Amino acid sequence: MCHVRLSTLTLLTCAVSLTVACSGGDKRETASAPAAGGVVIRITGSDTMVNLVQAWAENYKKKRPDISVQVAGGGSGVGIAGLIDGILDLAAASREMEPREIERATQKHGGVKPKEYAVALDALSVYVRKDNPIDSMAIEDLAEIYGDKGKIEKWSHLGVKVPGCGSDTIVRVGRQNSSGTYVYFREAVLGRQREYKLGSIDQSGSKDVVALVGRTPCAIGYSGMAYATPEVKTIKLARQKGQPPVAPSNQPAIDKSYPLARALYFYSPGEPTPHVKEFLDWVMSPEGQKIVTDIGFVSVQGRS
Amino acid sequence: MRQRVARGVSRWSEPVIEWTIRLCGWSAIFFVFSILFFVFREAAPALTSGLRLKEFFTSPNWRPDSTIQPQFGVVALMAGTASVTLLAMAIAVPGGLGAAIFVSEYCAPKTREGLKIVIEFLAAIPSVVWGFVGAMVLNPLIIRATGAPVGINILNGGIILALMSVPIIMSVGEDALRAVPDTYREAAVALGASRWQIVYKVLLPAAKNGLLAAVLLGVGRAVGETMAVLMATGHAVQIPHSFLDPVRTLTATIAAELGETVEGGLHYRVLFMIGSLLMLMTLAVNLTADIIVKGIRGRQDV
Repeated sequence: MCHVRLSTLTLLTCAVSLTVACSGGDKRETASAPAAGGVVIRITGSDTMVNLVQAWAENYKKKRPDISVQVAGGGSGVGIAGLIDGILDLAAASREMEPREIERATQKHGGVKPKEYAVALDALSVYVRKDNPIDSMAIEDLAEIYGDKGKIEKWSHLGVKVPGCGSDTIVRVGRQNSSGTYVYFREAVLGRQREYKLGSIDQSGSKDVVALVGRTPCAIGYSGMAYATPEVKTIKLARQKGQPPVAPSNQPAIDKSYPLARALYFYSPGEPTPHVKEFLDWVMSPEGQKIVTDIGFVSVQGRS
Repeated sequence: MRQRVARGVSRWSEPVIEWTIRLCGWSAIFFVFSILFFVFREAAPALTSGLRLKEFFTSPNWRPDSTIQPQFGVVALMAGTASVTLLAMAIAVPGGLGAAIFVSEYCAPKTREGLKIVIEFLAAIPSVVWGFVGAMVLNPLIIRATGAPVGINILNGGIILALMSVPIIMSVGEDALRAVPDTYREAAVALGASRWQIVYKVLLPAAKNGLLAAVLLGVGRAVGETMAVLMATGHAVQIPHSFLDPVRTLTATIAAELGETVEGGLHYRVLFMIGSLLMLMTLAVNLTADIIVKGIRGRQDV
């Protein structure tokens, strides 16, 4: 016999609905409403760059209220696919376009090659939990962790004991294959002839990688330098065993002493329209580049 | 005057209504076949443009974007779908049917309505919220309770899917039990049966078809669920060895990868093949259940 009164049930329903309503979500900023009768610049692609591009869009709107920049994420792969299909003005990519992608885009746009603009620099960081004793690593060790048939599977192989990680397994956190970061990491760390080891936890966004690493003592993950949180720390990387390891920060990103220093790109299908060209010029100006440093990446202006 | 209008209205409204209803029925079949046709049509060219079927069905290596040699093996993905669905059903079927029996047979009418509202509220929660609950709330709980290296795994996904399926199983199951005439219950009481004996010996056999339908709907929801499993299972391509291993499901693979494929390319077509596979799996489950139900019905009619 159930003695639960209806009033108690109603209260329970309200409590549950309040809890559900108050549990915040992970919001990805997508397209904003276009200005009435104004120009729209559509930028889609890299999740690594999405916060940066959104910040540019918001600040550009203050400068040019008649132009609306619509930003969407989805990954560098989605952006480049959109560029090939001709549905956007700029593709944001955290990796370079591959030759067959350039070929396909050229074909689809009447023989005009896509134009590449390096708009920011990133020192792609390898994150572990803050209390993980490991401090630095050589690229070849990273390759043995992430690469197919790699031999490093436990933290003890690296000579550390991680507090809170009872099973000693290295939990590899990565990105899904639409991500430019995924492609860049594979090429820079594993080399062209090696695949990722299957079984890594493939997150959809840069922020999710760091969030999961922060919550999982056994985890290691890679993500843009702008995504660091207080729960994680970055590890120094050395190009080869025996070389001094370098931490991911501004100067090493510019002079490429950090092994995973990369550029973040905009690609335009051919020559950009005047409005897009103006936007690109503003992005490369000191005003636009200040936003790059505010978000946590490195400005291209340091490059000689 | 009223009689003349009534006769006039019924003379041509009847066939119109009949044809409208007939159209609705036929359009349902039409839409289902259109979707089936669309999915198979997008998938079919994969068979002629380089997909090795043997690798597709027997290899656990899913590397569609490899620059060396693209691999399209779905064994690990199918293991992911199967393991999460089986765990979810192991929790949700007893849970949902139990809730259905409780609400239908053991509750006073007032509390029945209240309880139904609360449980059906669970069905109204969007699946992405469930995924969030799995990734943020269940994740640390599982690590703490089981010492697993990572908290988003089969166990996490299974619990979340079970919570999503329970309202459906409970709702349809409860309707099925309510549909059994009270004369059955009265006859059993007259013979001296206890309440559980009534449920177990009389009502469950009588409502078998409806309860099976309830379970099938729950299974269908679990197999087809995408967003929640994408976030709660860890999205890792591997054949699991324990419930604490992260896996990837067929549905999550399509959701995560279709956006970046080039329309008409091999990766795109293989994803549609996975979609076809999902539809065939669901068809097989429904067909098997139909045969079982017919078997039960046949035996009952004897």
